[in-house]
Amino acid sequence: MSTILETRGLNRSFGAVTAARELNVKIESGEVVGVIGSNGAGKTTFINMVTGYLPPSSGEILFEGKSIVGKSTREIIRNGMTRSFQVAQLFPEMTVLDNLLIALVAAEGPRPSFLGGLRSRSRIARADEILEEFAVQQYRNAIVSAVPQGARKLIDIAMALIGKPRMLLLDEPTSGVSVEEKFPLMDTVMLAVRRHKVTVLFVEHDMEIVERYVSRVLAFYSGEIISDGVPAKVFGDAKVQELVIGHGHGRKTEDKERSAA
Amino acid sequence: MLKLDKTEIWLVVSALVLLASAFLLPNWLTFILTLALAKALVVQGVVIQMRAGLVSFGQGLFFCIGGYSVGMGGAFLNIHDAFVLVALGVAASVGVAAILGLLMTRYRDIFFAMLSLALSMILYGLIVKNQALGSTDGFNVHDVSFLGWMPAGEDQKLVIFVLTVIVAGGIAIALNRYMKSGLGGVNEAIKENEIRVEFLGLSPRWILYANYLFAAGISAVGGAFTALATGHVDPEMAFWTTSGEFVFIALLGGTSHVAAPFIAAVLFALVRTYALELAPHSWQMILGFVLLAIIVFLPKGLWSLVAGKRRAAA
Repeated sequence: MSTILETRGLNRSFGAVTAARELNVKIESGEVVGVIGSNGAGKTTFINMVTGYLPPSSGEILFEGKSIVGKSTREIIRNGMTRSFQVAQLFPEMTVLDNLLIALVAAEGPRPSFLGGLRSRSRIARADEILEEFAVQQYRNAIVSAVPQGARKLIDIAMALIGKPRMLLLDEPTSGVSVEEKFPLMDTVMLAVRRHKVTVLFVEHDMEIVERYVSRVLAFYSGEIISDGVPAKVFGDAKVQELVIGHGHGRKTEDKERSAA
Repeated sequence: MLKLDKTEIWLVVSALVLLASAFLLPNWLTFILTLALAKALVVQGVVIQMRAGLVSFGQGLFFCIGGYSVGMGGAFLNIHDAFVLVALGVAASVGVAAILGLLMTRYRDIFFAMLSLALSMILYGLIVKNQALGSTDGFNVHDVSFLGWMPAGEDQKLVIFVLTVIVAGGIAIALNRYMKSGLGGVNEAIKENEIRVEFLGLSPRWILYANYLFAAGISAVGGAFTALATGHVDPEMAFWTTSGEFVFIALLGGTSHVAAPFIAAVLFALVRTYALELAPHSWQMILGFVLLAIIVFLPKGLWSLVAGKRRAAA
């Protein structure tokens, strides 16, 4: 395995608030890494910095050995690292098919052509394959804003994968998704990322999801990584128990259901 | 060989009907149609940008540059060929847009709208202060030739009408292809979610920049043909009410089809002509009521009537 993503002494402050402090992370190619932490722990700041959405105050980010600090989001995406969002970022008034067609156009190159039609036969055939792969073919011609949240999440992730990235960052892939939907959704996503041989780093509050799908966990607290290792080790860490899981953000589904009842 | 789709066949048929009717229609109506088609080209420039989520309240800037290039080309550069003058207008307009676009594409929403308006008003101010350009009165355009041929009187107006129809038809076909292309799709995507477009690895800014240049070019064609048809240019071409009229026509027609701005521009010209005839002092009020009715009953413009019928038939 080779290192695909590395951060060295990564810091980010917002005025007096430090959202990331001396983050040193190495992600190996093919790993599925879960990022946990209470709200404000710095998880999304970390993802935002890595994808170029937010510049770090100091430190270095290396993707496949090359520095990506100062590069634009689209340069980073074109280099092979992409992301999905906590709230699915789609084109809400377009059909699901058109969303995928736009992503396919973008994957063809940074300068979309004004000569060929958007709805070319080859693109539609490829979009249909993707719809099937992500089990959302029943929404093919539906307007995105009328599609259920779980399907929207899948379409968001499918669009991120169209550009054939080597690394995918998922920001809370199951947030807003019903209890019944979350495991089928994650099964579909994990099957797709394995098929595409993509390294995954995902932020998640649901510990059941983290336990079931990741090979390694990074626990964040107050902008720092307080524990890093296999799930059993991190979940067994007293600090993580107290500062992350104890905050209620990492409650398991049964606990949530119990408190809701 | 160029294969035409259904829309393009309709556009060609409509252009042929207009060309044939040129010999049957009264001169005043051909003149109104020439101006309406020229105006529709500027509206197409507004619509291209609207499809990507930007509303230009200053498209009169490029309309005026196109018109004044025709006038100044004849008056100061001794150019009399209509084709060269139109090309000069397009080149000047795209050249100005290439510089302004670098600034404009940094802005969105109301800031883009107001900045575009401000730029067109700056041009208005510059022309008004310039005696050599006739100040507020403007100046007359010299007689033009067409590849060496110089028709006289009404014949020249007829030739300009024919040329306007042909050029507008060609631009409409090009725009139809653009709207249906991958790039056209990305334009709509930018309007819906610019961040997602960025996260697909595309640059919304450069796509908007390309749109801005394209819109400037076709708006200049509209301005150039208006100058050729009327034989006169004046600073009103860059005034905010002129730009407002282009936005009015864009809303009237809708942005979903390439034919919509043409239909709306012709309807607007006819409504205005008859409104002026019926109520010389309150014709703006009639136009206001028309716009109000469109916004309330047809928020997606007149074309939604056609689209609605098609959906019902399907």
